[in-house]
Amino acid sequence: MSTLNVSSIREDFPILQQFVHGKPLVYLDSAATSQKPERVIRALDTYYRTTNANIHRGIYQLAEQATEEYEAARKKVQKFINAKSWREVIWTRNATEALNLVAYSYGRTNIRAGDEIVISMLEHHSNIVPWQLLAHEKGATLKHIPVDEQGQLALDNLENLITEKTKIVAVTMMSNVTGAIPPLDKIISRAHSVGAVAVVDAAQGAPHLPLDVRALDADFLAFSGHKMLGPFVGVLYGKKALLEAMPPFLGGGDMIRQVHLQESSWNDLPHKFEAGTPAIAEAIAFGTAIDYLNALGMANVRAHEMELTHYALDKLHEVPGLRVLGPTDIAQRGGLAAFEMENIHPHDIAALLDRDAICIRAGHHCAQPLHDYFDLSATARASFYIYNTPDEIDQLVTSLQNVRKMFNK
Amino acid sequence: MDDLYKELILDHSQHPHNHGTLADATNSYEDSNPLCGDKIRMEMKIENGVIADVKFTGKGCAISQASASMLTDEIKGKSLEELKHIDKQVVLDMLGIPLGPSRIKCALLPLKVIKASAYGMNVWDDEDEE
Repeated sequence: MSTLNVSSIREDFPILQQFVHGKPLVYLDSAATSQKPERVIRALDTYYRTTNANIHRGIYQLAEQATEEYEAARKKVQKFINAKSWREVIWTRNATEALNLVAYSYGRTNIRAGDEIVISMLEHHSNIVPWQLLAHEKGATLKHIPVDEQGQLALDNLENLITEKTKIVAVTMMSNVTGAIPPLDKIISRAHSVGAVAVVDAAQGAPHLPLDVRALDADFLAFSGHKMLGPFVGVLYGKKALLEAMPPFLGGGDMIRQVHLQESSWNDLPHKFEAGTPAIAEAIAFGTAIDYLNALGMANVRAHEMELTHYALDKLHEVPGLRVLGPTDIAQRGGLAAFEMENIHPHDIAALLDRDAICIRAGHHCAQPLHDYFDLSATARASFYIYNTPDEIDQLVTSLQNVRKMFNK
Repeated sequence: MDDLYKELILDHSQHPHNHGTLADATNSYEDSNPLCGDKIRMEMKIENGVIADVKFTGKGCAISQASASMLTDEIKGKSLEELKHIDKQVVLDMLGIPLGPSRIKCALLPLKVIKASAYGMNVWDDEDEE
């Protein structure tokens, strides 16, 4: 029995009531973006109908209400990740921008030639490329933690990888390909023991796992609202002392205290990092998404996804010639299954499944180094969330069996 | 199961024509589709402005492989002048299936590689690249 009342949850998602190609929609691509419950959609709508005004400097009722709701959403994020202060929560465009903010602002101030930055083989391009840009600019060296054959990080050489030369360690909380959940505690404590800061890419982790930035002792942590029932808005968490010492990322309105023609001084946190009019409605509606997740309980979300993943791995193994990537231990992996099928390209799999109204993703999932390492040009990936059911996994498997038959005539 | 994978496409992708390498190639080029990782390498033997032979290697989906198979059949023996007239529409007509915006890139990758191989990369215009 599921820990979540999935049939009641499904009723909250208008898009899931839909038919595609005359068949009920089976959405198995939440690792790319999640669907949104009615109340999140309504929060956006309500904002524009009743509250819309620019924030922070309006004197009138509407502007004050918009500011209040925007800042209230920030506090919901703060509690959700257990940050010490709301000043440590910065709204960004997405997780990618949040990671770039750290690379640009912290990185360009603190990295010098000869320093080392350590990432991992599991990273999404958004947690690789900003560090490459930084390393190239500063003459620093980019190293990576390797993976084992199960697609989990191999930490046996961690002491030699993260050394006194290391200034930044940037790793994912959950791989979007193998699903591996790396032992962040070990990596972060090693980073801290050599005086490096730990940056966590929680784009996959935050929507699916209980998250406590203080327990984790992450220095920076980035995630995206749209992968966790919310609209398209991102968050950067950073420890206050680090954020205080960092120069601004983008310059413009709202991030300043005083502007003179030749120089300016900066606003307090978090506004120092929020130049220009932010995604106000999206931030507010993301607060509503967090309410929704809190009502379910993140431990229950995780338990539901572990059950589904367990079921999916068992069922997928019944398809001849199909190989699932990632750890076999469910406790070490998140709710997704990337796989390959012998002699059938993932694109063909995804295109054929689409005809059965089953949405999966095919490609390198913005994790090309990992695919190169496993010598795969692409994989197909089904990913799960709170609204997915064992019945949908059965449909996935039936369709995959049909694809198999079609290509093996 | 589907018109996207009609017999002809499956047949070409599973038993591609002109698959392999050319020991005496005069022109070659390789490129990949960054979205999905389809990869195609074309090797051509061009003599007096005529494509005397062409072979391809690569990994990719059924659409890209079938397109490469059919296109290499199509261009063999044609002059470089005639090759100029082989465009996006020719490929789509050849495949004869409806393709959405992402699969069109799979279908057109072999043509792009053929043109880059024959004329050099800068001759390929980006009209199909969005």
